[in-house]
Amino acid sequence: MSLTDQLLAQNTVQLDSKIPAGPMADKWNTYKSDMKLVNPNNKRKFKVIVVGTGLAGASAAATLAELGYQVDAFTFHDSARRAHSIAAQGGINGAKNYKGDGDSIHRLFYDTVKGGDFRAREANVHRLAENSVDIIDQMVAQGVPFAREYGGLLDNRSFGGAQVSRTFYARGQTGQQLLLGAYQQFSRQVGLGGIRLFNRSELVDIVVIDGRAAGILVRDLVTGELTSHSAHAVVLATGGYGNAFFLSTNAMACNVTAAWRAHRKGALFANPCYTQIHPTCIPQSDDSQSKLTLMSESLRNDGRVWVPTNPDETRPAHEIPENERDYYLERLYPSFGNLAPRDISSRAAKRAVDKGLGVGPKKNGVYLDFSDAINRLGRDVVEERYGNLFEMYERIAGENPYDTPMRIYPASHYTMGGLWVDYELMTNIPGLYAAGEANFSDHGANRLGASALMQGLSDGYFVLPYTIGNYLAPMLNKPMPGTDHPEFKAAEVAAKERFAGYLAIGGTKSPDFFHRELGKIIWDYCGMERTEQGLEKALSEIPALYEEFKKDLRVTGDGESMNQTLEKAGRVDDFFQLGMLMCKDALDRKESCGGHFRAEYQTDEGEALRDDENYCHVSAWQWGGDPMKPVLNVEKLEFEEVHLATRSYK
Amino acid sequence: MSNTIKNITLKIWRQSGPAAKGYFETHNIPEITDEASFLEMLDILNDRLVTEGKEAVVFDHDCREGICGTCSLMIDGQAHGPQRGTATCQLHMRKFKDGDSITIEPWRASAFPLIKDLMVDRSAFDRIIESGGYITAETGGAPDANLIPIAKPIADAAMDSAECIGCGACVAACPNGAANLFTAAKVAHLNRLPQGQAERYSRVEAMVETMDEHFGSCTNHGECEAACPKEISIDVIALMHKDYRKAKFANRKDLARS
Repeated sequence: MSLTDQLLAQNTVQLDSKIPAGPMADKWNTYKSDMKLVNPNNKRKFKVIVVGTGLAGASAAATLAELGYQVDAFTFHDSARRAHSIAAQGGINGAKNYKGDGDSIHRLFYDTVKGGDFRAREANVHRLAENSVDIIDQMVAQGVPFAREYGGLLDNRSFGGAQVSRTFYARGQTGQQLLLGAYQQFSRQVGLGGIRLFNRSELVDIVVIDGRAAGILVRDLVTGELTSHSAHAVVLATGGYGNAFFLSTNAMACNVTAAWRAHRKGALFANPCYTQIHPTCIPQSDDSQSKLTLMSESLRNDGRVWVPTNPDETRPAHEIPENERDYYLERLYPSFGNLAPRDISSRAAKRAVDKGLGVGPKKNGVYLDFSDAINRLGRDVVEERYGNLFEMYERIAGENPYDTPMRIYPASHYTMGGLWVDYELMTNIPGLYAAGEANFSDHGANRLGASALMQGLSDGYFVLPYTIGNYLAPMLNKPMPGTDHPEFKAAEVAAKERFAGYLAIGGTKSPDFFHRELGKIIWDYCGMERTEQGLEKALSEIPALYEEFKKDLRVTGDGESMNQTLEKAGRVDDFFQLGMLMCKDALDRKESCGGHFRAEYQTDEGEALRDDENYCHVSAWQWGGDPMKPVLNVEKLEFEEVHLATRSYK
Repeated sequence: MSNTIKNITLKIWRQSGPAAKGYFETHNIPEITDEASFLEMLDILNDRLVTEGKEAVVFDHDCREGICGTCSLMIDGQAHGPQRGTATCQLHMRKFKDGDSITIEPWRASAFPLIKDLMVDRSAFDRIIESGGYITAETGGAPDANLIPIAKPIADAAMDSAECIGCGACVAACPNGAANLFTAAKVAHLNRLPQGQAERYSRVEAMVETMDEHFGSCTNHGECEAACPKEISIDVIALMHKDYRKAKFANRKDLARS
């Protein structure tokens, strides 16, 4: 009996993925034909809470409001337009086959399953590929100024892990333009009264009554006031947890709090060890650095990655002759070359730097060189394609990439893990949904470039508006618990105590200090390469640091006015608890797959070695009352369409 | 290669709330690497303040990649500081030198009420977008994306103005506290595109009038363009005025028909 089957027999929670029956290509249509509907006039009787206003949250809120539901939307930002989806640079995939290069829904589906190293749920991925086509139409209708060719039709480019051009883009600011499209549609509904917007309001707890999600508890960041909000359904579109590493490409405020609070209330957290380390970020320059900056993967369309062959190389890049350079991606993965997927490119960069071949003052980067592209295409074309990225690089690194190759190194960027959801994007708590990066379902153990924007918009525009109706329909005219219910009151008391607690410690170190130290442990032992020994070490160091956090934290100011130190304390507290779960999960998964690379499990060539016999499952963790004692549940992954195979990009 | 900058004096605006009296507080940064960003310098200061038991300086910031538009700050009287076309979060200490004294203030405009220290409320921008800064395209039923070809120069021009990050530097830099550049950038983005034609005149009328409820009037100083981190051209304001004037006729005619 395989480990998966043994674990399956021990599940403490019934995990029904609710995958519709029938052939893969028909499942989503079958679902839509069979689902229960809410009459247009009855939709206004239901209230849905949407937390987060990034691509998934804004698109879900706007569409639900258009359908007629009452929507309350929450963001901790000052405006719905600030969510971190805005920073996505490169593009969004769509299986339009406008280039006639052999793309299709099936091929996008296949690439995504393979790219995820066969650890995603096939049915969800197929639906994502189907929706990708509608997303492009929808965004163009909204006025998103995608790049165009001279004939006026849409332009495409290539991204890692694909051999077709299916990526739509708006300069290097695709995320910005898509988010502004969704934000504008969202704002229209705010203006029309379909959405009530609560800005500068942070979720601090989820309230579950009689086994259903009944609402949320929110802290007004300006006044510190805690307020309860009840609804028929709650959507968490609150992003990923990449900031657990402290240094990441995430925005400073990105955090795991909403998902973690849901987890503590019973929602299972799936595959927390699947984190994506993006290969092309600007290397760390000094110890006070607060974040790392991504340089879009699209740069690998024209940039060539290399390191000098001599570890003692001191000459500037342009003086190093061709025969003393190692274009290692082109050498190792000839068919994908510089466009090898992210996990593979990141590890290759790490190997080069670990061998002492790194470049730059700290020898902590590899070159991404555009000189061939500039010679072939001319500087103007390169400038048109990547001008804004080159400018950004120059502002940060102080070097001009037209003359000197960029220096890049991998950094934490995205998290494939997240709240466990079924086919309807509902967590195991009825009425609680997770969308976008906050859920786990579509990217397996590694996400392909330009697929995060696609997933956020697919979930928000084209999945939740259907599946939420299916949940709400039977609840028509049934009473809903109000915010005067004792569970809401209890949550308010607990949250008040929690925040007062941070203020009362009166120690000596700031939340940022602890976050930085925590991030270092997670990066060192649960980053690009993990070992049993290292993870055991992390699992003794994190709880020890957490104890220090609880005793020696200092939060100045008060709880009754804007206090960013206090906000940070709450978020770091949750990162500590999540950090333990990430390491537990990484320790438990005794195989390498995608972004999860256990040094003990690798091929002779240093590639990830999966164990499909024992680990072809989702690890969904249940809160066990103590962050060090989570309870494992599994969902077995069955592959009907794509055959399990060793991933090769050679 | 990194160098160290020594002895920076910061004069920072502190104000505990909208009704409180504000004042400048002086802090010294003995040394800092020139690789640090301006906001990392404030992080270091805040860490020091918290460790000393003092309240951290409140300021808005998030992506630190110059795209979310959350960061603000008047640095020595210039919105987003001395580097042209750069948001505060992308400003690095290599732009400063030993012994510099730097004054840091919040955006000052009556439409952006102060929340605390360097943080202001820019919600009035959202009100402008809510009034008409969109193309009505409800989810579902959109035609194929390549159905309407859009000439590349039109698409590029729309993108130029769509790059606005909504930071509010234009308003902060304007002696009148006008939001014409912000509003016109959105009008120009949407009104240039074929998809935006159906609502062209109703959009511009609603947005301009909502803008006028909250913000001051434009008197063509051009400070907004100089301060804009995305270097959006004030030409868009001319386009907005042209469409607004037309709207006053077009919309009146529509009214007469109804």
